[in-house]
Amino acid sequence: MNRRSFMTTTAITAAALSLGLGRAAWAADPLKVAFMYVGPVGDMGWSFQHDQGRQAVEAAFGDKVITSYVENVPEGPDAERVLTQMALAGNQLIFATSFGYMDAVMNVAAKFPNVRFEHATGYKRADNVSTYDARFYEGRAVIGTIAGRMTKTNKIGYIGSFPIPEVVQGINSAFIHARKVNPAVEMKVVWAYTWFDPAKEADAAAALIAEGVDVLMQHTDSTAPQAKAQEAGIYTFGQASDMGAFAPAPRISSIIDNWGPYYVARVGAMLDGSWASNGSWEGIGAGAVGIGEISDAVPAEVKAEALALAAAIGAGTYHPFTGPLNKADGSAWLAAGQVADDGMLSGLNFFVEGITAQMPQ
Amino acid sequence: MTLGGIDLVALMAMLMVASTPILLAATGELIAEKAGVLNLGVEGMMIMGAIGGFAGAVMTGSPALGFLAGAGAGAAMALVFGFLTQVLLSNQVATGLALTLFGMGLSALIGKGFEGVRPPATGKLDLGGLADLPVLGPVLFRHDWVVYLSLALIVAVWLFLHLSRAGLILRAVGENHDAAHALGYRVVMVRLAALAFGGALAGLGGAYLSLVRVPQWTEGMTAGAGWIALAIVVFASWRIERVLLGAYLFGGVTVLQLRLQAAGYAIPVQLLSMAPYVITILVLVIISARHRRGAQAAPAALGRIFHASR
Repeated sequence: MNRRSFMTTTAITAAALSLGLGRAAWAADPLKVAFMYVGPVGDMGWSFQHDQGRQAVEAAFGDKVITSYVENVPEGPDAERVLTQMALAGNQLIFATSFGYMDAVMNVAAKFPNVRFEHATGYKRADNVSTYDARFYEGRAVIGTIAGRMTKTNKIGYIGSFPIPEVVQGINSAFIHARKVNPAVEMKVVWAYTWFDPAKEADAAAALIAEGVDVLMQHTDSTAPQAKAQEAGIYTFGQASDMGAFAPAPRISSIIDNWGPYYVARVGAMLDGSWASNGSWEGIGAGAVGIGEISDAVPAEVKAEALALAAAIGAGTYHPFTGPLNKADGSAWLAAGQVADDGMLSGLNFFVEGITAQMPQ
Repeated sequence: MTLGGIDLVALMAMLMVASTPILLAATGELIAEKAGVLNLGVEGMMIMGAIGGFAGAVMTGSPALGFLAGAGAGAAMALVFGFLTQVLLSNQVATGLALTLFGMGLSALIGKGFEGVRPPATGKLDLGGLADLPVLGPVLFRHDWVVYLSLALIVAVWLFLHLSRAGLILRAVGENHDAAHALGYRVVMVRLAALAFGGALAGLGGAYLSLVRVPQWTEGMTAGAGWIALAIVVFASWRIERVLLGAYLFGGVTVLQLRLQAAGYAIPVQLLSMAPYVITILVLVIISARHRRGAQAAPAALGRIFHASR
């Protein structure tokens, strides 16, 4: 038997096995669920939190599910290849956990109509593609308030990843609430054009520190800016994960992404057959966004103010984007008392009035 | 001293720190290439240096021992490459690429236990009154010792290549290994030594990344720095003094684009990011235009396989 005929035979056998035996054993088989991460699980930020969600699924369903993950998948052609492999490997539910996977998910989902996909932070849906997101801007409002109170130089630094709505919402929300408690506040923005590149994030932090910022926020995934901030003796907030290793300072609080409840609900829906395509966008109220412990470096009255704001947002009595608000170019956006609707927010591509940083085109 | 809202002194100081890893790696690669070996595995040696240095520093509690371990890890990787290409005569380009892939994978495996750990701090060198000089103080005299080591190495390598007999032998091996062999020099030994030196410096550069510039371990943290080091050697047309220029130019552009953004300038980031590479291509064009018969700045035996039987 030469190499080629051996491989053909093997392939035929494998196909026969998967068609015949696979279908017979369908009911007893555990549900296979796969996760695709943009960074390493050990980034202690974004991907780490998604993996916590995966572990919550395992804990909730035990041997009724088999989960697997692939980490460090770049947003590009590789994503499509990995998703295809996951679908071919018999996964029935696949979570793609980064914005840039959007088109890859849509392409692969069209080829595998019987496999269900869940895409984080995107906006394209299909019968077998759901999207889910968290209202990070609600958390940004809370830490923006703390930042406005804590800054002495009145300069807040913000390391952005890419100029996409999710990130722009966060910058606007943080700025609006920092300025509300401190009218002198300025926001300095640096775009790193990466979700995860510790060296670049550290350089971005150093550049902002050199500009005189003394409170730093980040929308990138590594803890490198925390380490730089510690050196410089300024304050930061944990991003995506608690980053508690840097508490009580420089990390004075954090925004925690809590994906567990959503993942458990969706896997549960798969198991009882009720899964349907949806677009989920939960915030502080549903527990999808958490505020990490506010450390002792923050004065008690500021802490109380921040917690009250978080409670109001969670209860739905206050929306972070409530008018009157103008766009950065001075034109009107929201009238007094008007609240930004989800359609506006999911396409947000401008800064609000007061942010002098340029929006990349 | 500010220009257009950017503090030039702070920019210069940041530039020196940001450039140090690529400067070290490029210096090492220059020596290897001067000996006639093209080692494309710089990225792999750097990342092994990054985890080796990090692990060493965390386990011993001493950053200095960490840097030593990083250099050792880089040199070990280079010797694997040396064994394959110099003894087993494998293709240098393919082996170099394989070394990078191998280094990325192995470092990720070793690094699993070091994620989220914080390394001991590398102290700044206390230069007393010098640090208080206006302008020069913050730019030149407030760094850690590795920055000064990288600069001292530039001088040492220049002296070695141009003024020492050993440097002459190294260059002879790189220009014409058959002639060097006929004169009785041990070509393979010289090349192994040059590779080990190059690997040690790449490892040192990687360790600087994980111990000072970031400072933490994360998988794949070199993020292409090794490839930039290779580009710098070409940019420098194999002259050590130009390596310094190249490294500060490449490092400087990275820092500058972030500073410009922080200062609120709307300059397309992509334009600045590609600038050093465009300059590298231009330099190559100029070199080959000057020498009608091709890029003669490169050592003549670069990348060629040597076997004593020929």
